[in-house]
Amino acid sequence: MAPGTAAQRESGRTFRPENVDVVIRVCVGPGGIAAGAMDVIAAFEAEIERHGLHTAVEERPCSCGILKVGCKGLCARDVLVDIMQGDHIVTYQYVKPAMVPTIIEQHILGGEPVEKWRTDDDYDHFHRRQEKILLKQCGVVDPENIGTYFEVGGYKGAREALLQHTPEEVIDIVTRSQLRGRGGAGFPAGVKWAATRRARGNLKYLICNADEGDPGAFMDRALLEGSPHSVIEGMVIAGYAIGAVQGYIYVRAEYPLAVKRLRHAFAEAYEHGLLGKNIFGSGADFDLEIRLGAGAFVCGEATALISSCEDRIGTPRVKPPRTAASGLWGRPTNINNVETFANVPIIIRRGAEWYRSIGTEASPGTKLFSLVGKVKNTGLIEVPMGMTLREIVEEIGGGVPDGKTLKAVQTGGPSGGCIPLELMDTPVDFEHLQALGSIMGSGGMVVMDEDSCMVDVARYFLEFCRDESCGQCTPCRDGTRVMVRLLEDICAGRGTPEHLERLEALGKAMEAGSLCGLGESAPNPVLSTLRYFRDEYEAHIYEKRCPAKVCKELITFCIDEEKCTGCVVCKRACPHEAISGEKKQLHVIDQDACVRCGICLDVCRFDAVYKE
Amino acid sequence: MAYELPKEMQEKLKEVVGHYPDPMSAILPGLHMVMEHRGWVDGEACDHVAEVINVPPIHVYEAMTFYTYFPRKPVGKYNLQFCHNIACHLRGAQDLIAYLDEKHGIREGEVTVDGLFSLTKVECLGACGNAPMMLVRDKYHEDLTVEKLDELIENWKKEAGNGHK
Repeated sequence: MAPGTAAQRESGRTFRPENVDVVIRVCVGPGGIAAGAMDVIAAFEAEIERHGLHTAVEERPCSCGILKVGCKGLCARDVLVDIMQGDHIVTYQYVKPAMVPTIIEQHILGGEPVEKWRTDDDYDHFHRRQEKILLKQCGVVDPENIGTYFEVGGYKGAREALLQHTPEEVIDIVTRSQLRGRGGAGFPAGVKWAATRRARGNLKYLICNADEGDPGAFMDRALLEGSPHSVIEGMVIAGYAIGAVQGYIYVRAEYPLAVKRLRHAFAEAYEHGLLGKNIFGSGADFDLEIRLGAGAFVCGEATALISSCEDRIGTPRVKPPRTAASGLWGRPTNINNVETFANVPIIIRRGAEWYRSIGTEASPGTKLFSLVGKVKNTGLIEVPMGMTLREIVEEIGGGVPDGKTLKAVQTGGPSGGCIPLELMDTPVDFEHLQALGSIMGSGGMVVMDEDSCMVDVARYFLEFCRDESCGQCTPCRDGTRVMVRLLEDICAGRGTPEHLERLEALGKAMEAGSLCGLGESAPNPVLSTLRYFRDEYEAHIYEKRCPAKVCKELITFCIDEEKCTGCVVCKRACPHEAISGEKKQLHVIDQDACVRCGICLDVCRFDAVYKE
Repeated sequence: MAYELPKEMQEKLKEVVGHYPDPMSAILPGLHMVMEHRGWVDGEACDHVAEVINVPPIHVYEAMTFYTYFPRKPVGKYNLQFCHNIACHLRGAQDLIAYLDEKHGIREGEVTVDGLFSLTKVECLGACGNAPMMLVRDKYHEDLTVEKLDELIENWKKEAGNGHK
């Protein structure tokens, strides 16, 4: 049966928005659930039941239905709830179950929105500059209900591709759209598909890389949890185009909700004939299976991912041969990232020219970013390529909170670099970020303020790479270890000028000599911070001072005599009993006993504790 | 008695072998089944998986030790998978991890005497918008603070005391 028919839509949902007067949309994305979305939904259900709002009655025509939707973006404000009456939408933020009776009584029954709980200007600013193509669906589709995906045009792209185009034509459309791989490297998807299609052999494989692991990145998780069918649809189209009948989604076992929703979506797709044999009667077959990762960052690298599927451990191999020629079990294999696949159905439906009209000439389309760290509106955003970092951080992100100053933005995770304040007007696309010594990466964007020490950040990323190195090649295995040791020395005040020379030399050797992208790019966080924040390294080395007051060996915690009221809160909170002082008397920190954990600073209500 | 998966899981695992051209491809699914069943993996479990899917046990050991997802000794009823990655790091995850140790005696690689809690430091779980966070029994707990941790731990203690599974 074709998707989108009335009968199918009916079977896929418990109510239809057009049949109720009020639709209550509750975010059940990652942030929503953690903030208690399920309790909020239960509260709405109870209230609807109590007021008998399942069906409208003549004197009170306001029947309600609850729609669970994926990520709405501004996770920091969850639980987000939309009350929709026709085209009119009122959004509430930080919704708790206790607020639900008032929302129902005052707003839905009384017609008066509860002003104090509505989203504010920040919410509007957050959305105003975004261009939502992929995320549009996330906020309106129930990820566990295929019917709601049909309603936004779901599987129309696959239907068009399989029934109206030859595989070559599909590849041509994707090539002309200039869609570039969203996993980080930015390789043109159409070119990759064409190579796999051309490769010898009848048996070919398609893999979706959902082994998202870049620190600070959660675009793929949000897509898989919010709109799993858009990824499946993209894979059905790609499978047809390259001539693969078997596909795998390699997803992290640590994403339990994504795995659950994918499994559910697979079942729905099979039930509707969108996976399996003879899809849409086109004669094309395509099966999908989940492969669970097991906590190895390196498996995000294509050849490591394949080796993890084939046998046991995820170690990358030398390229060539490219995976398009010899991949999974030696067969031609095409690997794309989650976000890349999610773009495909929209490109088929709306055309390559339309797609190219968004973003920049060399990097068309939009890009998802997870905006995190020291920024007011943390969350998931989608912007056209080419928007500047400043626009993203200041306008969408609402800037740095607590009156602090922006210092740098880290892009591209452990393979990326830190871009300083002076370069905030750089447009975000593949070329520009690379020119600055960072990379686009998969889309993590970590904002840092004056309280972030760039040496500490570099050390942090190198520790990550050291732990995640597969250990196969020497430059990466030993290089990351030595780099961490050098950075630890600097953070602890044991650094010398030679440390910097060695870091640079080692970084270059690793870039040149490592087997895979992990080792090649591991020095990036160090090299980029050395390039833009050398003065901070030098302060640690020559003055034994950490300008951001982060490195514990180089700071002391003190209590301001003027401000301390002797409330004993810090004394009680100190896990090492390093604080002495009677009630209403000045407290003092014993520097020998202090481990500089900073708990006293967090708990003091009078700002009396400070770092020196 | 040596560790074994329940019969129906063994059957399922044998069926998984048939999905792939190489039985080695069933090693990870096998280890995931052990995790689902028991929550941790050791040499005995590896031997068992190797036997079911008919591959040399050394390859299963190799997988167990390569990936960080498989704890090699028992974990607590509530295994706190605490993210210590960049966004959580910037928002004070390491202080909270230290606090769990100091205040509640929950530290990495150990199970508390009552068998309730253990801690694993994990890499980014993709909830950076609401850092710091941890994953406990397949549920994300976000925007963590010292107070929130105290409350969660109290609740879990109560839950366990009430005989919940």
